[in-house]
Amino acid sequence: MTPNVYMYILVMALVTYLIRALPLVLIRKEIKSRFIRSFLYYVPFATLAAMTFPSILTSTDMLLSAVIGFVTALILAFAKKSLIVVAIGASCAVLIVETLAGIL
Amino acid sequence: MKNTSLFKKGLIDGIPIFLGYLAVSFAFGIQAADIDLSPFQAGLLSLLNVTSAGQFAGLTVIATAGSYIELAVLQLIINLRYFLMSAALSQKLPADTPTIHRMGIAYGVTDEIFGLSVLADGPLRPAYSYGLIVVSVTGWVLGTVLGAAAGAILPHLLISALGVALYGMFIAIIIPPARDEGPVRITVFMAMVMSSIFTVLPVLRNLSGGMRIIIVTITAASISALLMPRDIEEGGDEQ
Repeated sequence: MTPNVYMYILVMALVTYLIRALPLVLIRKEIKSRFIRSFLYYVPFATLAAMTFPSILTSTDMLLSAVIGFVTALILAFAKKSLIVVAIGASCAVLIVETLAGIL
Repeated sequence: MKNTSLFKKGLIDGIPIFLGYLAVSFAFGIQAADIDLSPFQAGLLSLLNVTSAGQFAGLTVIATAGSYIELAVLQLIINLRYFLMSAALSQKLPADTPTIHRMGIAYGVTDEIFGLSVLADGPLRPAYSYGLIVVSVTGWVLGTVLGAAAGAILPHLLISALGVALYGMFIAIIIPPARDEGPVRITVFMAMVMSSIFTVLPVLRNLSGGMRIIIVTITAASISALLMPRDIEEGGDEQ
């Protein structure tokens, strides 16, 4: 690891904290711009989707287990299961597929 | 209610978040150890950031020795949603809440803590927020350290399985709204397609993971905001 890992951590922490603190400390009025409000509303969905796919396909040891883990998570989330159920459920699906693959 | 009982109520209400964070941050800790962060460094990262998506993306930049600017811009984009949440929370705080408490509450603005905070009855009291934050962050840091420390001794099979846990959490956040709202569904689909194109196309695939996420996010969210703007009234307290 580079010796700068603490700088990385500090940069991240500073940016993230300022984003959280500035509105709470400074902004008292509502944001009026319809575009900015809409943009900010869509940001988390776009970010998380871009981070998840296609990266999830290479997050395990084999493509098949990743695909099945992905589909499992989609189904559980579609049924509005809680965060922990979806996360653990997808992991279990991967575990089962890879264990079977190891046996066969 | 007195401050001490408000604090205790926060601690108890936060227990489900504690459990969820424990599992997800365990997976994060494993990934952090995977790029050679020590359990202490991983725990410190979690303690100072408390942001799953941001930390996870940050690992990519650290692993590839990216620039501080890239890391800062990436965090800014990924964590922009906290700006909206903090703005919403500022409306729920009593107007005379001192700046020091506003700064304290700001530390713990996450998707889950925000969700509980805006749902709480009446105005938001700082003592309640601190209860939520203490129990949640404890789970977040504890899980990270355990994951970073145990990652090395866990069977490889388990690590592979936990690799999808974080993605599972992201999916759990975006799919329910995507199911119920067409514009969100289109945004999610658009971002996934763009991200895939950026991953396979020549030249574009040479971009770092962080830049890819930034470009895809700004493009997809802008297109959605232009073509499917939301009514002002709806925008109040969504995540």
